[in-house]
Amino acid sequence: MRDAHGAGSDHGQLGDAVPDRAPAAPLAGSALDALPASRSPRARAARPAGGWWKATLGLAVFWLLAASPAFLNVGSYWLYLATLTLVYVLAAAGLNVILGYAGQISLAQGAFMGIGGYTVAILVAQHGWPMLAALAAGGFVGFGLGLLVGIPALRMNTHYLAMMTLGVEVVYLAVVTNQGGLTGGARGMSVPVGLRIGPLHLTSGFAYELFVAVVVTLVLGGLVFILRSPWGRAFKGIRENETRAAMLGVNIRAYKLMAFAIGCSVAAIGGGMITPLLGFVDPDTFGLGLSFQLLLMVVVGGRGRFEGAILGALLVTLLPQFLQATQNVYLLVFAALTILLLMYMPRGMVALLDWLWLKILRRPVPELTK
Amino acid sequence: MSLLSAERAPSAAGSPAEPVLRSEGLHMRFGGVVALDGVDIDVPEGGILGLIGPNGSGKSTWVNCASGILRPTSGRITFHGRDVTGWAPHRMYRLGLGRTFQRLENFPDMSLLDNMLLSVQESQGSLASRLFRHTEHAERDRALSLLEFMGIAALKSERAGSLSYGQQKLADLAMALMANPKVVILDEPMAGVNPALIEQLVDRITELNANGTTFLIIEHNLDVVMELCGRLVVLDHGTKIAEGPPDEIQANEDVLEAYFGR
Repeated sequence: MRDAHGAGSDHGQLGDAVPDRAPAAPLAGSALDALPASRSPRARAARPAGGWWKATLGLAVFWLLAASPAFLNVGSYWLYLATLTLVYVLAAAGLNVILGYAGQISLAQGAFMGIGGYTVAILVAQHGWPMLAALAAGGFVGFGLGLLVGIPALRMNTHYLAMMTLGVEVVYLAVVTNQGGLTGGARGMSVPVGLRIGPLHLTSGFAYELFVAVVVTLVLGGLVFILRSPWGRAFKGIRENETRAAMLGVNIRAYKLMAFAIGCSVAAIGGGMITPLLGFVDPDTFGLGLSFQLLLMVVVGGRGRFEGAILGALLVTLLPQFLQATQNVYLLVFAALTILLLMYMPRGMVALLDWLWLKILRRPVPELTK
Repeated sequence: MSLLSAERAPSAAGSPAEPVLRSEGLHMRFGGVVALDGVDIDVPEGGILGLIGPNGSGKSTWVNCASGILRPTSGRITFHGRDVTGWAPHRMYRLGLGRTFQRLENFPDMSLLDNMLLSVQESQGSLASRLFRHTEHAERDRALSLLEFMGIAALKSERAGSLSYGQQKLADLAMALMANPKVVILDEPMAGVNPALIEQLVDRITELNANGTTFLIIEHNLDVVMELCGRLVVLDHGTKIAEGPPDEIQANEDVLEAYFGR
């Protein structure tokens, strides 16, 4: 610790030793040297109150929902939908790293899901790879291509970056449609349904859903690890004030690239779990609409907040199902609800969650609409 | 005592007035506008240099070139004799150059403490090592002592954007100091700050300087400039029109003309 800052500094001595000094008291060197060395208590490193409670509660709710088909008698359609929702949770969380944390827009998230989907399809169906290895490979391919795309794309900002990533999406569609030998072209290719791990053969909808839930939990855990490290702080710093961050030593390009590639990699892992679910992949599976849908999930849920993307993914995938009672106007109703939500809760669904949480804790609640 | 960065390795050349940061023939043009027209400035080690001049004279442009935000059209920037022209800001920072900005520049949606921690996290280790550095006790301690030094430690958990203007100015300086920079450039630190706080800022700067930090200060408040700076450089229309001790500059005809016209 002594040399943590170079220049042989031993500022650690200050710590809590001077708590009752008058605010503007001058800092006389000799006097401070005489102060006893003290370390700040570990507790001070904790996040704002309730962080761990919230995380534990969130994880419990997540798994309660994921495991609910075990004790609820749901049909195969709902199992399929639950699995798909889990995948979207993952892809939206990935986009949230890019958009919500690092503040960079990407309209290519659907394409990167597709890259994962096709990687798994090709490796499993054509080369006989085990599914898990193919899925991991999909994550790496997503990361690598994310870097490759990010190097030129992230030189741009805002709407230029949006157009650039939109271009990536178009290129993806062109490649998978035209490289018939590899991808089956416009007709697509079929993939073995479900998952085989050694003797285990998880083809039932519920078993596969549980597998997806495990992967989603692990990958989300990895994202939490990254976002709680100094990287997460650098991402946010770039979002909040790029110039100042650069002037404080943050290598803007390196961090932007990392955020982008991580988001792409997570999307690819998500996409890789969709192909064995459908047993099939074609260019329409991961179309342009998907990218916009993922963007909607992050914005509606609450960008820059971890639980935001998860909430958004749940809402955007499941709400239309409940709106089917309205039959052919359901899209209209859905769009209207989305617009109202964004108008009156610009911070997204997390604002509602925060509000509820503070109500439960009986703390003063902020206004929802700000 | 090192909060204020006392222990510096003595510079190889040894001379106390050795320039730590220097520009030679610095030109910067934006299209047809010449913002800097061959400016030579030496920032002497251990001193407080004032950079003054009317609005639009090129002060901020010089600072932006020196700190790597702008790449000069021509000319050289050296740091401890090393050519650093066109280096990216984060590399200048790692060499030991800290700065604040004319406007408030912080991370409004992050806590004050996180603002401070971001200000130091890049000063050590590699990109990869930072992914695994989840406990930062030393950094936290330093951040809290600096906030204490500035008198705003009680606000550490507040959103930086919710602090008052003056508090953000103090935080700005604290952030620039986090990584123990050798040279700190302050771009109008007193602008819009109330008199009581100005006094506090002046005290802090004097004290930091006494402990070995070199300052370059752009400031329009001439009382502050006269009080703090051992030496002044005056820019006008992108050229250096005068340089010397404050009392000499005050009497300089060219300077008076630049400010007030004739």
